[in-house]
Amino acid sequence: MLTLNNVEVIYNDVILVLKGMSLEVPEGKIVALLGSNGAGKTTTLKAISGLLKPDDGEVTEGDIIFQGQRIDTLDAADIVRAGIFQVMEGRRVFEHLTTEENLRAGAYIRRGQGQFKRDLQLVYEYFPHLHQRRNQQAGYLSGGEQQMLAIGRALMARPKLMLLDEPSLGLAPLLVASIFDIVRRINRDKGTTILLVEQNARMALDIADYGYIMEGGRIVLEGETGKLRDNEDVKEFYLGLTEVGQRKSYRDVKHYKRRKRWLS
Amino acid sequence: MELFLQLTLTGLTNGAIFALVALGFVLIYKSSDVINFAQGELLLVGAYLIYAFVAELGFPWSVGILITLGLAVVVGVLVERFVLRPLIGEPIISVIMVTIGLSSLLRAIVNAIWGTYGRAFPAFIPSTNVYIFGAVVPADRLIAIGLSLLLLGAFTLFFRYSPDGIAMRATADDQQAALSMGISVKHIFAVAWSISAVTAAVAGALVANIVGVSGDVSRIGLRVFPVVILGGLDSVPGAVIGGVIIGLLEVYTGGYIGSGLSQVLPFIALILILMIRPYGLFGEERIERV
Repeated sequence: MLTLNNVEVIYNDVILVLKGMSLEVPEGKIVALLGSNGAGKTTTLKAISGLLKPDDGEVTEGDIIFQGQRIDTLDAADIVRAGIFQVMEGRRVFEHLTTEENLRAGAYIRRGQGQFKRDLQLVYEYFPHLHQRRNQQAGYLSGGEQQMLAIGRALMARPKLMLLDEPSLGLAPLLVASIFDIVRRINRDKGTTILLVEQNARMALDIADYGYIMEGGRIVLEGETGKLRDNEDVKEFYLGLTEVGQRKSYRDVKHYKRRKRWLS
Repeated sequence: MELFLQLTLTGLTNGAIFALVALGFVLIYKSSDVINFAQGELLLVGAYLIYAFVAELGFPWSVGILITLGLAVVVGVLVERFVLRPLIGEPIISVIMVTIGLSSLLRAIVNAIWGTYGRAFPAFIPSTNVYIFGAVVPADRLIAIGLSLLLLGAFTLFFRYSPDGIAMRATADDQQAALSMGISVKHIFAVAWSISAVTAAVAGALVANIVGVSGDVSRIGLRVFPVVILGGLDSVPGAVIGGVIIGLLEVYTGGYIGSGLSQVLPFIALILILMIRPYGLFGEERIERV
């Protein structure tokens, strides 16, 4: 459904962030993209959704193909209309708009199609909390509610492919579980394909079908999530387990930070 | 009592004109967080265009107004294309500075074409006196009241219910997030500036009808600053209520105390209100989550 071929992204004409990034998202699946801070995960998503321009970034090489159409040259608005919707990191709800107005903004590309009421009902079914708060200013919602709103806003656009950028950021573990549950339901019930960027590797590998691991602007490891979970390096660096399968004790940790360089 | 009635009526009508001008400011601020320092010059352009079509080229006034409103839309689109689009993603303050430049540019263009001396505005807006409870009001002022109420209603509905209106507020809140919804920020800016320029052209005609067609028309832009800040930069009702408050204040001080003070008092009121409500009477407060 979505293919990235050797994509290179440069910020500010000098900073090379993605260095030959290739990735494939098959239709109807959940694909997880993991990696440490600064690996280029968010940049990858922004390259797909066309949101690099405000950050002064640009795709300089390679191509991004969505359903047979080349999209790396399109405007963000056209990409949303083609069916790709990014839920940005940090929720980014419109604070001064009410919950319902936020959802209306999400339905912007589908304005005038007369299906707003039905879509709204659907979002409230997924997130009953939002219904209680529908006339409240979104800035005063709790973090979890804002994340729900951000995902609900995406649902309003009925995307074929949803890009989720760290939906678990800053949320309590219980909320994280329920957000991931919803993500799985959206994928199953509506057949929405999902590309998920996460720091919470355990959760992400639990719900995804396929996983990619990024470092330094390119993919260093990929595979079915079952296999990735069994990979020794993934276990140690992303799941915090040693070879014995036990949780690592801080007593054993060396005083300098050990880092795995995948390519050295 | 009669003096009070007369002053109140005059104040209300002045306020209506202030409100009309203020609405233009609010529209642009609401969609882009930009304070448009060229708003007064947009009035000037509108007034001169109507003058040119009706008085110089001899079109019937209705046609002249229609062409002017059409051209106002064009001005809005051109401003977006050549002034705002290159600045997308730049700090707001740069855009505000550019509007100051834009104001000089527009004024210079007007001066280059029509010169700097004043002319009489073609008399098609009836200015016969209307008597209400013994007080005298020129008819054109009543038209101003009607127009500003009409636009107030239209804009309020627009921002609350129409997809483009909600998209404009969303864009003002978070541009990049708005982009991620498929909202075309370019389109939103063009719409906002066009509507604002149209409002300004209407206001410009009304002002020019009172003070004549000259550089003075744009001076009202400055007098309207206390109005928008008082009402809240992002509030449509605030613009109208702020306009009425400032209009009344000016006239009351002029009538009861002295005309010298009437120019100063709005700014004193402004400072007092900002001390109590920094976002203006109806402005959006900045939301802070703790």
